[in-house]
Amino acid sequence: MSAPQVLVAMSGGVDSSVTAALAVEAGWDVTGVHLKLADTPGHLQVQGKGCCTLADADDARRVAGTLGIPFYVWDMAEDFQRAVVDDFAAEYAGGRTPNPCARCNEQVKVVGLLARARALGFDALATGHYARGEDGRLYRGADAAKDQSYVLYMLGPDELEHLRLPLGRLTKPEVRATAARLGLRTAAKPESYDVCFVPDGDTAGWLERRFGPRPGQVVDTAGRVLGHHRGAYRYTVGQRRGLGIAAPTPRYVLRVEPAAGRVVVGERADLAITTVELERTTTTDGRPLRPRHAKVRLRAHGTEVGCRVVPLEDTAPRGPGDLHGAPAHPHGTRVRLELDEPVDAVAPGQAGVLYDGDLVLGGGTVAGSGPADDRAQLS
Amino acid sequence: MTYLDYAASAPLRPEALAAMLPLLERPAANPSSQHVQGRAARAAVETAREQVAALVGAAPGDVVFTSGGTEADNLAVKGTVLARAPEARHLVCSAVEHHAVLDAAAWAEADAGAQVDLAPVDRLGRVELDRLAALLQPGRTALVAVMAANNEVGTGQPVAAVAELSHAAGAVLLCDAVQAAALPGVDMTADGVDLLAIASHKLGGPTGVGALIVRPGTALRPLIHGGGQERGLRSGTLPAAALAGFGAAAAAALTDRRTGATTTLTTLRSHLLAGLRTLAPDLEVNGEPGHVGGNGSTPNRNGVPSPSRPGLGLPGLLSVRFPGRRAEDLLLLLDRYGLACSAGSACASGAVTPSHVLVAMGRGPAEARETVRFSLGHASTQADVDAAVAAVAQALEVLAPAEDRKGSPARREVAP
Repeated sequence: MSAPQVLVAMSGGVDSSVTAALAVEAGWDVTGVHLKLADTPGHLQVQGKGCCTLADADDARRVAGTLGIPFYVWDMAEDFQRAVVDDFAAEYAGGRTPNPCARCNEQVKVVGLLARARALGFDALATGHYARGEDGRLYRGADAAKDQSYVLYMLGPDELEHLRLPLGRLTKPEVRATAARLGLRTAAKPESYDVCFVPDGDTAGWLERRFGPRPGQVVDTAGRVLGHHRGAYRYTVGQRRGLGIAAPTPRYVLRVEPAAGRVVVGERADLAITTVELERTTTTDGRPLRPRHAKVRLRAHGTEVGCRVVPLEDTAPRGPGDLHGAPAHPHGTRVRLELDEPVDAVAPGQAGVLYDGDLVLGGGTVAGSGPADDRAQLS
Repeated sequence: MTYLDYAASAPLRPEALAAMLPLLERPAANPSSQHVQGRAARAAVETAREQVAALVGAAPGDVVFTSGGTEADNLAVKGTVLARAPEARHLVCSAVEHHAVLDAAAWAEADAGAQVDLAPVDRLGRVELDRLAALLQPGRTALVAVMAANNEVGTGQPVAAVAELSHAAGAVLLCDAVQAAALPGVDMTADGVDLLAIASHKLGGPTGVGALIVRPGTALRPLIHGGGQERGLRSGTLPAAALAGFGAAAAAALTDRRTGATTTLTTLRSHLLAGLRTLAPDLEVNGEPGHVGGNGSTPNRNGVPSPSRPGLGLPGLLSVRFPGRRAEDLLLLLDRYGLACSAGSACASGAVTPSHVLVAMGRGPAEARETVRFSLGHASTQADVDAAVAAVAQALEVLAPAEDRKGSPARREVAP
């Protein structure tokens, strides 16, 4: 049997460089591809003809050359702009706080690229995510601090069957050591943080340049006006800084109401929630979610909390032998999570990911949250 | 491996290698030095100058050696602008010029007070003479830039007619002949070209050298200052070995021209197109690079004055669109199956970008992303064509059925 043909997504960073190197060491027939995701990064190129991340593409190309594998650059800027950047802005404009990395994985970098790789005859796609894919299931990466299973929760069994995650059992220091051992030029390259298309990390400023000022009021839970703001999109649930109000105790954003231009703030205690509703849920095994106990993570690097999973609709259990009736689609179900203990509120639009131990069960997008004794607040 | 990417860079001709080797092995010498080694290097440079001049119908003294076609275009555009008074810095460039021209003009607009107008092209990529004429501002237009033949689609331009219009308006004509220099019919004098840019490696010479041919009396300011070489228009020690290779390649191209190699290329290209059509009956040919699929008649140009000499397309170039197939995908597979060709236009990262040429010809960005450029040249054979068709057959087989991949591949709605 000939070696499997594997496409490796090479960003130009150390993680994907080592991924490609490990894929070559595994004896696979490896091809590298770098995705050009943006057209106009301010710090590169001239006169609008620019290429994104030119230095990153060069790093990826040099690593591919060192490894002796074919390498290509694919222009995915339009897909990225539409599916990630525009979506990011629209979500904020709607009062939600999106997770652009999950969205990018879903639409561009993993699921989209995997479909394209399969169409080109590749057997699999390998990426440098810190997560384990074993037996067609998705698990947390071995490096708890780097674990990226959270942003891959939307993968289903078809994708997981053809996705290779060579870094899943490694820690970041081990990855850097591997890069150094192999003489890869990216071994000591610094981490990238923040949202890649907001290079200075100033999301509020980025949104303001896009939308212009949309002034409104900062109010308390009783509707009293406490101050004014330049745009509701500048705020996210749980935010404490930048409220521009004087109060004896710290105030936190409880809700963002873009239609009314209002930002509702309250005390820390008002943030506590014990229920969360997820929409557009998916499962890694492709089966519908059933009532069960699980752990949920509501922020990329946040803590996890136990919860009771309560499917809300389209939950008629179908056994594997049930081939009749309406097709059992695992996606799109809404679920309510009843948390074992209160946590700080999480913004609508964030990902909620369900775990059973290290196993990723699936997840969805946070639609709303509320205190257990006031379900009416669930949006 | 089959190489059909001559328009990107042609393989080194044996004649060019043979001309370079003695100069590379010999003790180092500066062609400006007065000793015996210097004189020998200088003789090689001057022989090359004569060979290059002969290829394009110019006098040896008109040849200004540069680092390549890009520098030649930059010298022509910027050097002309800087030689003109600030109020006479109007430029007209065809919309399908190479970026070496368009970006130099953009620089002149941003940093040298120039004004730039782009002359539109028809669906074949041919500049529309009446619309170009309407853009000219007698007394103000300094330079008109219209290439001899386009690097992406191969369409030739009515250079002589453009020269007449330009001269009537008091402008000089820059003709970028980087792709077309080997063609019969590229003739500075006959076409009335004032500035002609060529590159060595497109002719089968080494990379790193090229030339701007400057008609005597054309006002031009230098961009590179120093030792005063090339009549002060381009300082810098002349690379004798590379220039000897350039000259030998130009001489070989001239021989090819006289022995009918152009006809051979046209034949090979029509075989390639016929083979591709059997694989993909829906493919579309971009541009009008000579006589593709036709009977040799010049295309109908309604309402456009007939040029005194029709433009000549590139006989070895074939730009085709495979509807529903991304060029990026095809190129990856063709590389795997041993065929080197290109998408026609790539940005600095190497990604395939929507070609400004195809967009100027009225193609949408998505259509432009589906275009693959095959380009044949001096060493191409029927066996290359056969291998290319076989590789494309394999690639299309993998990509079939095409309807699964129309538009974005990244559409997957999680919610049903």
